[in-house]
Amino acid sequence: MTAGVTIEFSGLTKTFGAVKAVSDLSFTVEPGRVTGFLGPNGAGKTTTLRMLLGLVRPTSGSATFGGTAYRDLPTPLATVGSALEAASFHPGRSAANHLLTYTQAAGLDRERVQLVLHRVGLGAYGDRRVGGYSLGMRQRLGLAYALLGDPRVLVLDEPINGLDPEGIKWIRLLLRELADEGRTVLISSHLLSEVQQSVDEVVIVSHGKLIHRGSLASLDQSEQKQVIVDATDRAGLAAALGAAGYTVSPLRGGVLVDNAEAADVGRIAFAAGIPVTALSQKRVGLEESFLHLVGEEGAL
Amino acid sequence: MSRFGGALRSEVTKITSTRMWWILAIIMVAYIAVCAGGAAALFGAVGPHNFGPSMSGKNLAPLIYSFGPTLGYVFAVLLGALATTNEFRHQTLTPTFLATPRRGRVLVAKLVALTGAGAFYGVLAMIAAVGAGAGLLLAFGIDPQLSDPATWALVGRSVLAMALWSAIGVGLGVLVPSQVAAIVIVLAFTQFVEPLLRLASSFAEWTAQIGQFLPGAASDSLVGASFFALTARPGGPTLEWWEGGLVLLGIAVVVSILGWFTSWRRDVT
Repeated sequence: MTAGVTIEFSGLTKTFGAVKAVSDLSFTVEPGRVTGFLGPNGAGKTTTLRMLLGLVRPTSGSATFGGTAYRDLPTPLATVGSALEAASFHPGRSAANHLLTYTQAAGLDRERVQLVLHRVGLGAYGDRRVGGYSLGMRQRLGLAYALLGDPRVLVLDEPINGLDPEGIKWIRLLLRELADEGRTVLISSHLLSEVQQSVDEVVIVSHGKLIHRGSLASLDQSEQKQVIVDATDRAGLAAALGAAGYTVSPLRGGVLVDNAEAADVGRIAFAAGIPVTALSQKRVGLEESFLHLVGEEGAL
Repeated sequence: MSRFGGALRSEVTKITSTRMWWILAIIMVAYIAVCAGGAAALFGAVGPHNFGPSMSGKNLAPLIYSFGPTLGYVFAVLLGALATTNEFRHQTLTPTFLATPRRGRVLVAKLVALTGAGAFYGVLAMIAAVGAGAGLLLAFGIDPQLSDPATWALVGRSVLAMALWSAIGVGLGVLVPSQVAAIVIVLAFTQFVEPLLRLASSFAEWTAQIGQFLPGAASDSLVGASFFALTARPGGPTLEWWEGGLVLLGIAVVVSILGWFTSWRRDVT
């Protein structure tokens, strides 16, 4: 593996008429990690990736691979592999011929076609016309296209969309493997939960603006801790906790105690002579921090 | 240069890897063979001398062979237009431009590939026209003029015309990326609008001067024979064969350049 390539976004901006789809985005994506590019639908993720790949012209700013714009790369497919949407196929063309056309255009070895088809698990289906493919198979074919040139950088737009549970497990392993080989992996998603097991770093955008950049752990900034507790005498338990100064709210299966440690809650119940039937610490989840960051508009 | 070679090979594979090219080819060959054979049989049975001097002897065979390009050109245009509109329709411009970010290179490769495919269609069209036409002329005892070099020159110019028409189709597809709209325009213009314009332009001398530059008229001039010419104003102006070829080439270049600005270099979303 040759040296890693860093993706650099610098002041990237795109306006469509009066609408600012992407606004002054600046960040870098490092090799050897999986970076999640997150944001609600309509946040400008796809437009940003299309500008990075030279398909959409930025209004201002730039996006480069170690300083080189996509269209100036001497061997684009062998440097950057990308999968943008699941529908970019002629339905009447076989998967193998689909890949062959781009293998020829990029001047790659035609043996790569069967190699990548096998790598994504489509080895037995290469001669079938893509029109008969399921959404999951199309996602895999999109990935096969991305891997065609054995690239050092992977840019994948919503790669998990449409995959079945087995496919999701498979792609997580694949992304990890690719990053461990020193490649730069950038994947977009509108759901943090979809990628949180795969990504090391997150870049969060909303309304075309960068709102958070850091490690996955950095998202979990909340100091707030909650405890879920239940007892046969639920009313007595709530009263005891209220008397101890905690804010409690009823849940379907117990009561929720804000700003509490499980040990403290257990001690109060014990002191009040109320046997607890359930007691667990609840941390404010990554997903909630994510939704908080992208705001109410995130619920599109 | 090798990168252009790759883009060119890619475009050829795109044509040959779906069923469209041979379905269109079969329809075209059958259509031309039936019409050229039918006309040869009709004139052979009635006797060419009954149609006056324009149909006699040496004139009949070229007219029948010209069914190749005059009926076949619409298939060449469609093949070219489908090659570009398919890229828009199925959003394959994305992987295409990712593999070849220089979009001009893609467009030129497509024009060259489809010009070749159009020439191939031209060969098929002339095999159908000359095969069926000459066979039936011979059956009625009429000289099919196959030993006349002029006949083979006409065949060659017909192949050239078909190649240029296919390039025009590519340009049209870039200018009108909507596949349905492009097909409607091709069919309406070639089968209806232009024949009417050519007829209308033949009524006065000054309009006939313009009418000879209509693409179908220019194509007939390039081929050198056409049934259309029989209905045109006798002695009306026609272009030299090479002028007709240049008009077709010019149309292909102009629509491609216009399409470059209106769609090809735009954002792919």
